[in-house]
Amino acid sequence: MTTGPIIETRGLEVRFPLPTHFLSRQKPVLHALNGVDIAISPGETFCVVGESGCGKTTLGRAIMGLLEPSAGEILFRGQRIDGMDETTRKPIRRDMQMVFQNPYASLNPRRNVYETLAEPVRHLMPEKSPAELRQQVEEVLDATGCDPSWQRRLPHEFSGGQRQRIAIARALVTNPAFIVADEPISALDVSIQAQILNLLTDLQGERGLTYLFITHDLSVVEHFGTRVAVMYLGAVMELAPAETIFDNPKHPYTRLLLDAIPKLEGGSFDKPRTPGELPDPVNPPPGCPFAPRCPMAEDLCRRDRPRLRELPNGTHAACHFAE
Amino acid sequence: MPMLEVQDLHVAFPQGRKSEVEALRGVDLTLEKGERLGVVGESGAGKSMLAFAILNLIAEPGRVSKGRIMFHGQNLLDLPERDIRALRGNRISMIFQDPMVTLNPVLSIGTQMMETLRAHRRISGAEARALCIAKLREVAIPSPESRLDAYPHELSGGLRQRVVIAIALLTDPELIIADEPTTALDVTIQAEIMALILKLCRENDVALILITHDLGVVAEVTERLMIMYAGKCVETGATDAIIKAPHHPYSAGLLRALPQNAARGTRLYQIPGSMPPITALPTGCAYHPRCARATALCKAEIPPLENGAACFHPLTAPEEVP
Repeated sequence: MTTGPIIETRGLEVRFPLPTHFLSRQKPVLHALNGVDIAISPGETFCVVGESGCGKTTLGRAIMGLLEPSAGEILFRGQRIDGMDETTRKPIRRDMQMVFQNPYASLNPRRNVYETLAEPVRHLMPEKSPAELRQQVEEVLDATGCDPSWQRRLPHEFSGGQRQRIAIARALVTNPAFIVADEPISALDVSIQAQILNLLTDLQGERGLTYLFITHDLSVVEHFGTRVAVMYLGAVMELAPAETIFDNPKHPYTRLLLDAIPKLEGGSFDKPRTPGELPDPVNPPPGCPFAPRCPMAEDLCRRDRPRLRELPNGTHAACHFAE
Repeated sequence: MPMLEVQDLHVAFPQGRKSEVEALRGVDLTLEKGERLGVVGESGAGKSMLAFAILNLIAEPGRVSKGRIMFHGQNLLDLPERDIRALRGNRISMIFQDPMVTLNPVLSIGTQMMETLRAHRRISGAEARALCIAKLREVAIPSPESRLDAYPHELSGGLRQRVVIAIALLTDPELIIADEPTTALDVTIQAEIMALILKLCRENDVALILITHDLGVVAEVTERLMIMYAGKCVETGATDAIIKAPHHPYSAGLLRALPQNAARGTRLYQIPGSMPPITALPTGCAYHPRCARATALCKAEIPPLENGAACFHPLTAPEEVP
């Protein structure tokens, strides 16, 4: 085992060119990721939270190599993996897998469970014999709480929670060390969410997995996460241990997010709140991206973009006034 | 007399040639003027079906097979379609989950608002326009005059849902039925929209039926709560009382499964299994296969709703393990 981070990004940028207006010379560009530096240690659950359009899914997909970064580096166990060609990447793919949000869309409806689970092994571990392949599929079904009788059945025969178990089994069948889970419980019912979260916790304990857990649900992060990166408009606003961020948020955006969570005790919808929405990512405001919504913004914020810096308590925040 | 009283409501869909399955299996509900009721349940529990049934909007081949829906003492199920239409979108308004689906993409915001208004009121174009602008201002849409000519795609998700709320409020309804109104929105926008709905209901003394799967939202907004499971109400009562001390094992399980109710890093409480589809309901209490307190009685008989919970073995103290 290496002691360094399992995944690291340095100055990661992803830009999407948009269609050009036929009368205009300008080439509009959407900055989905705007310089993201994170380092994920082995065995941790690194959560990325933020609202739609903040770049959290783009970050997960870029790390998985599902889209090519425009600038910056991605390292897996110290080795650069961005811009790698598919042949060199193949042995790394078995170590990095992904679970998607919607198990109704992520499983091939015409493929039975056995075929769904066998495919990654056949593709990424061609050295396995047919007997080893069968054994590996059966072992992962057992580990994820799937019944062995499911193997010959098709996705439509299963409920949402069962499908998500199958999707998790598919991600684990090559024995990866690192999993990107993009909103893995958002499409599920409340009573099923707890089942899947417990499964992910158990699997992490049994297999020493590292998770990049992408979610918009802060209560899940508080329960489940080791560290949290709060993202806004393609940049990390705050990076802190999950234990401290809830009691002691440093960035005004983190505070806004926490205030917005409906509480079982009630009372949080009675507070006055500043309305506002994500600025246009094609024409982001100069300076701090959160300044237009920020209650404590000053001229400095509208002019200079704050860098992520370490605060006395060890939290990192991208705010001129965080202390 | 309560404003709305639903009695023993059954909704059935045909299955095969001769038999039928029930999506709602006898639901009762009363709502006073200005009261806010939350309806909570998992997908397939029948909560949206209940909303559609109240407005007599159950699509063929489904039908209300039994029960009454009394609105100010008049059974809506007996009314001819003409009279129901005069109520719908007028005295009873509805807000749906996805504003991109609710709004017509090829009509401007102003046209859609005016259409609603002139379907129910005889007023001039200028008056209608002024009223639309006033309502858009009430839901805190910036520069409402210029928004009237905008099309839905030009607005963000939060603004679109504000427009939908403005349309629901145009006719000064007595009751708003909101079906997952913020599920498609981000948390900060959800907080803004729910705060707005809460404020408007309070200020105008409008009753609200809020359908959601989110117990936090219900706790913030509603006074009374109804928890549904497999087409039936399993628990009903004051929202804060149920959240503090649920009586039905299902409500207790739902609450205990929330990450905010568990110590950090511990395993979450989980209800085993999943809700049965309405086509394959077990005998007796529909929840008994998942319930740790179930006995032979629960397998044999359907428990009646008594003292707020439809359970033969309700929890008596909040700390009891369901």
